[in-house]
Order: sequence, then C-alpha cells, then structure tokens
Amino acid sequence: MEIKVTEPAPLAMEWRQKKKEKPIAEKIVEGIIKTGGVSCIVLIAAILFFILKESYPFLVGAFNFKEFFFSEEWYPASVVKIRYGILALLAGTVLVTIISMLIAVPLGLACAFYISEFCSPKVREIYKILIEFLAAIPSVVWGFIAIMMINPTIINLFDVPIGLNILNASIILALMSLPLIISVGEDALRAVPETYREAAEAMGATKWEVATRVLLPAAKNGLMAAALLGVGRVLGETMAVLMATGHSIQIPNSIFEPGRTLTATIAAELGESPKGGEHYQALFAIGLVLFCLSFIVNLTADFLIRGRRQ
Amino acid sequence: MKKLLLVLMILIVSACSQKSDTVIIQNKGSDTLVNLAQAWAEEYKNINTKVALAVSGGGSGTGIAALINGTVDIANSSRAIKPEERDEAKKNTGNDVKEFIVGMDALAVFIHPSNPITGLSLEEVACIYGEGGKCTHWSDIRGTVVPGCKDNKIIRVSRQSNSGTYQYFREAILGKKKDLKLGSMDLNGSRESIDLVEKTPCAIGYSGMGYLNPRVRAVCIQKTSNSDCIEPTVKTAMDKSYPISRELYMYTSGNPSEMVQAYLDWTQSDRAHEITVKAGYVPAPKR
Amino acid sequence: MFRPSNHLLNKEIKEKKFKNLLSTITFFLFLPALIIIFWLFVKGYSALSWDFLLMDPIQGMTAGGIFPTIVGTFWLVIISVLVACPMGVIAAIYLSEYAKDNKLTRVIRLAILNLAGVPSIVHALFGLGAFVLFMKMGTSILAASLTLAVMNLPVIITSTLESLKAVPHSYREASWNVGASKLQTIRYIVLPNSLPGILTGVVFSVGRSAGETAAILFTGVAFYLPFLPKSVFDQCMALSMHLFTISTQVVGVPDAYPFATALVLILLILSVNSIAVGLRSYFRMKRKW
Repeated sequence: MEIKVTEPAPLAMEWRQKKKEKPIAEKIVEGIIKTGGVSCIVLIAAILFFILKESYPFLVGAFNFKEFFFSEEWYPASVVKIRYGILALLAGTVLVTIISMLIAVPLGLACAFYISEFCSPKVREIYKILIEFLAAIPSVVWGFIAIMMINPTIINLFDVPIGLNILNASIILALMSLPLIISVGEDALRAVPETYREAAEAMGATKWEVATRVLLPAAKNGLMAAALLGVGRVLGETMAVLMATGHSIQIPNSIFEPGRTLTATIAAELGESPKGGEHYQALFAIGLVLFCLSFIVNLTADFLIRGRRQ
Repeated sequence: MKKLLLVLMILIVSACSQKSDTVIIQNKGSDTLVNLAQAWAEEYKNINTKVALAVSGGGSGTGIAALINGTVDIANSSRAIKPEERDEAKKNTGNDVKEFIVGMDALAVFIHPSNPITGLSLEEVACIYGEGGKCTHWSDIRGTVVPGCKDNKIIRVSRQSNSGTYQYFREAILGKKKDLKLGSMDLNGSRESIDLVEKTPCAIGYSGMGYLNPRVRAVCIQKTSNSDCIEPTVKTAMDKSYPISRELYMYTSGNPSEMVQAYLDWTQSDRAHEITVKAGYVPAPKR
Repeated sequence: MFRPSNHLLNKEIKEKKFKNLLSTITFFLFLPALIIIFWLFVKGYSALSWDFLLMDPIQGMTAGGIFPTIVGTFWLVIISVLVACPMGVIAAIYLSEYAKDNKLTRVIRLAILNLAGVPSIVHALFGLGAFVLFMKMGTSILAASLTLAVMNLPVIITSTLESLKAVPHSYREASWNVGASKLQTIRYIVLPNSLPGILTGVVFSVGRSAGETAAILFTGVAFYLPFLPKSVFDQCMALSMHLFTISTQVVGVPDAYPFATALVLILLILSVNSIAVGLRSYFRMKRKW
C-alpha cells in the first residue's frame, strides 16, 4: 500500500497555525507592552518639549546669551530695567555642588569600601537598611533640619552672623547624596571579580594595599560614576537648598555667605509669576539649563559605568 | 495588589466624602492676606454652612494670574491690580475686574532686640535696602554699634522679588524708580524672615505688622528726618500716619455672584473686623 | 621559631588602623540620621496626639491638627502609584523579555537613566506645562499625581527590571518547551516569581512620593483648604508642603508643630519603607532559587 503525503495531517496543521497566529488578545497585550517599552523615551522627549514650549517666547525674545550666562543681575521684577542674569545662581549651584561633593565623595567611598570589603554579611545588611532609611528622609525635612539644627550649630561653631549659607546647604546636600554614592560605589566595588582580591592577597597584600592598588584602579570608572550620580542628585535638589542656602543673589565670597541656586529660584518665584509672562518663561529657561546640566552629568555617568562593564 | 490599592482608595474616598451640596468659593493670592482670609473662611463656615472657601496663598501675582486665567472666584492681593492685568483679564474672561478693599496692613521694619536703634527714617531704610545705597554696616546709621554682631555688617532680610510684600516695600521706601540691592536674603515667607532676624543680631527685615512677635523689635519710622517717628500700630495705620501702610484687596472677575457678594459683605461686619484685628491687621476704613 | 617579621607586623597594624578608620567613618555617617530622628522626636513629641493627627488646622493653621494634609498625601501617593505601577511594570517587561540588544534598547535605557536624573523642580515645570496647562487639568490632585508618577516611573522600572531578571532563564525555557507562548510564560511564570521584588520596589516608590514637595508645589497642592478633596480634580493639602509652609510662612505656629509634622512625615515614610524591607527579606527567605 502506498500512501502519498501531500499535506500535513489536519491536526498538525491546526497546531502549526496556532503556533503562527497568536490569539488577538495576546497580540494586543504584546502591542501594549511594546508601546510601554518606549514610554520613557516619549516622556523624556515630552519634558524637553514642554519646557522648550513654555520658554520659547523668552528664548527668541528677551533672551540675551551674554546677559543670561554672564551677568549676576537677576532682576526679573525690576522697575528700572528688567534683567535676567543667572551667573550668581549658577555660581551658587556650582559652589554647593562642589563643596558638598568634597564632603560626600571621600566619606561615601570610604563607607562603600568598608561595607563592601570589611563587613560581615549581617552587618552589611544592617548598613544597607540604614542607607535606605537615610535615603528616605525627604528633602523638605532636610531643609527643615538645615534651618532648625544646622543653622544655630554653624553660628555657634564658627562664630559667623548667619548660619543659612553655602556651608549649611553643602552639609545637607552631602548627607542627602551619601546614600546614592555609597550604594553605587559599593556596587562598583563588588563588581570587581573576587579573583583579583584573591590573587593580590595570595601575594601577601594587605587589605589596604588591595583597596588602593587593586580595587581602586579596577573599579575606578564605577566609583567616578558614583560621584557623578551624586553630583546629579545635588544639582537638582530643590526644597532643601531653598531653605538652607539663605537664598541671596550674589556670588558668595566664602562658604559662610548665603547664596542661591537655580532650582531654588524656580521654586521660589514660579508661583508668583503670571503664566505666560516673561519672568515665567525665563524660569522655564532656567529649567532648560538644569535639564541640560543633569542630562550631561547622567550621560557621563552612564558612559563610565558602561565602560566598566565592557 | 491593584485590588488592594483600589480597596484602599475606595476606603479613603468614602471616609472623606462629605455632604456635596456645599458651594466652593476659590480664594487665592497674597501671602500677606492668606492668614486673614483663612481666619475669615474658618469663621464663615459657621455662618453660612452652604459655602466653603478654599483659601490658598502663593502671592498676589498668583492670585491675580489665576483671576486672569479665570480659575478663582476671589483673588487676594496686597497690591492694586495693574492696568495691564486689568486689560488682560478683560480680554481673557470678558469681565471687568471688580475691586474690594477688605483691610489694611502696615509693613513693619524690625530688628534684633539687642540692636540699640529705635527708629529709622525712610531715607535710612532706603540707604540700607536700595540699589546704590551706601549703608552696608550698622555704623553707617548714626554710628550704631550692635552688640553681638561681630563685624557690624548689616544683613538684609528681604522677600522674593515678585512677592507683593517686596514690591510694596520697594515702592514705599524708594518710589517707583529704583530697585532694591541684590545680595539680600530673599526668604520665602514672613515666618522665615522673623525667625532669622530673631536669631541674628546683625539682621534687619520687614513684614506685615500682623506677623510680628515679641522676639523681634519693630522700629518706628520717620517719613523725613525731622518728622515724628511713628510706631506701626492699628491706629497709625488706619489714619495713614504710618508711612508704610497699604490697602489689602480682594478682586473678582465681573460682578460677584450672590454667594461671593454675601461673603465679601460679611468681611466688613463687626465680627469679621474683630478677627481682622486679632490676626494683626487693620480693618478697612468704612466705605 | 617562626615569628612574623616586623615588616609583617607593621602591615597588620596598618591594616587594623585602616579598618578602624573606615568603620568609624561609616558609623559616623549614619549617626546623623539617628540623631535627626531622635531630635525630631524630642522636639515634636509634645505636640503629637490623636487630636493632632485627626483635626483640621484651625486659627490660620496655628492650632488644630494636620488631618487634611495626611489625607492629601494619601490621595497623591495612591493615584501616582496606580498610574506609575502598570506603566513601569510594562516597560520593564518589555526591556527584560522582548527588547533585543539594539540601538532602541540602548536609547530606552538612556531615557530611563535621564528620567531618573531630571531634577524634581524640572518635573514640576513639566507637570505645570503638560498636565496643568496643556491638558487643562488645572492645579489638581490628578496633575500632581501624574507628575509624581513620571518621577517615580524610572525607579519602578529599574527595580522591576531587576526582579524580572532575577527569575532564572531556565524557568522560561521550561515553560516554552511545554508549549506556552511568550506571553503565557510571562503571565504564569515570570510575573508570579518576580512579584515580591516588584512589590518591594513599588512600596519604596510610595515612600519617595510621600515626601516629595517640589514636584507638587505648582501642580496640585494648596496652602490651606477648609475641606477634604472629593475628586481627583480638586486640590489637596500635603504633609510635605504643610511642613514647608508652617516652617517658613505661617507666623504664630507653636514651636513643636513643625517638628511634629516632620516627625509624622518621616515616620510615615519609614513605616512604608519598613514594610518594603520586611517584604523583601520575607520573600528572600522563601525564594526558590
């Protein structure tokens, strides 16, 4: 008897078709998932779009590149001549960022070293929970602490007339960015293969030597990224600096003088500027500057982390 | 988990929903007026249970901006509305803005209690705060030495430059042609200003009279260097002898609705005046 | 006899010193957190009572309690989580289960990273421009919650992604081999196994939104409201904003009030976070791989 197979058995065919054609519902859900995947791109583009949209009339109108970036006269409500110079605000932001990082980066990395290299797993777990708690304190509470606790402490300790100043804000920002620096730094250190440590220790290196000569170079990029992410965090911090810096438009001569940051300016002034007015648009332009700054910082940090992984 | 959240939300919503037949009057604007407006709102809740007032601050500019956008019923302002704002409101909403003077406020200039100065002339205040003013140290004011203030440097406490209080202060001491010096500490609210001056012997600040507390000292103000020095009090503000006092306004878009009108009328009742004085402000002169 | 040489002894001493230095630094870094909480407690304790939690603020916010601010914070947090959670989980599923290693995926990752790094005040500007003005929601709970949701999205995506990736690949293969489709595998194998991790991430983000102030400042929070919000189109008060206003703007508030408010806010966030920490360690014990 001869059987000629010309087509697959009906059952098999049905099965194959099922395999090929997913049910409609499944297709829809997968469609949703794929759209959801790009939601972040859409959102980041939307943020840029809306900030540009609101600041556009200012950027093509009253905006003057030289005045905006190189004048320290921020006079949005002047009766004589309205001027939008953000140099003093930029200086405030840069100053508190640098000083807080000078405090937070060495301490944070030391802490990351300790937690990743010396701790027993149990102690590490406790510290991790503590880091999470520290990270959970909201920015407005930090600002409150700056006013009520650090302000009098600075006055008493350094015998200066005013405790709401660059130093105060830097201390607060350092404390706020520490959790991020510690946890990213620790990740970077733990990403260094165990074999590196074993090799070094087998050759008689002490932990100190392992840390400085092996781990530091090996995790260099990751640690730098930790610092940069800290910078990003500090740059964008708003409520705490609004309450801690003293909010004064000037380029501070010392860390004991009050200053003002870009973020705080937006928070303090946006509420009272009528929508669509020039001042309102200028504040959005500051937002644009902040957006670009944080974009650059984050991209660099990502580049460093990615470099490490490759 | 979503179900759990949903249940939670329903619980909260049901726990919080009140009777829904109340009319809400949106009342927004000046931070100077917000305390008073809120005290009134609280009392008015007992008088007319059908009306609830939603009071929010943010500043005179915010209130007027909201009026222009048509999102509030009453805008509180500690400065008179500008003609261009009036026009814009007319353009946006089609209604003329109606003005109501609901009270008066005197801006007190205050210093740390250890500061020996008792009175300042407007000229001296302008020298301290105004652009181009040369008074940077307390010794520039009649050779004053402030105990506890190490380098005798004046720390100027001000408000953010688009707040109604700032703009009125600028106008009162400098007229309409000059700005305040940069480099002052532009704080967010009256409480912060007072708290700071309270802790800082070198500092000088200003705020609505209603906000003062005994831990700072208000100075009397001379209009010119040889006129009387007037203390900021209810009486001197009401008869306008105190040089830095101003009207407080409420604005509506077009003629107010019955509910809003009833409320505005009530703010001029004796009971409301009592609240006004208790909150540290000055009742509006009788219309 | 064999004794370590001086050189080695020195090394050991050095090492000990190094370790002690690091542990001291670490210890002192965490001291502030503990001091702060203790200090808030001492200063705010006297004002803390059931009345404080359950009463409206009265007399120009100088007396009474903080009840409406707690309610407002709940509204904001819950709605933002309801929005951010599904979006975040979907985006994470895409990244972990569907995305190929190509340019698009790379761009998505960069977008997430940058979204996480955008300053909160810039989020506020976006919320104001997009939700309040462009979509005409006005300053409302909805606009503020959506702003918070955008802020929290990257956090939820990252934590969800981590827990999805933690599900061993062999689980998926086993499921595919018995004929389940990709979606069925995700629905019945991947999601149930990563749910604890997802949940932990979401709970952490709840804590984060509860404390956020800048992003809700211009988008939906009022200084004072005499009534509780009835729908998402109303404004609300919020605990974080209330702390800001009573510590900087309202004069005549008793000294203990801002402390008590800060304490309530911190305790609320810490208890939410403790739930997350507890969940995490519970599920870690039960984990099958």
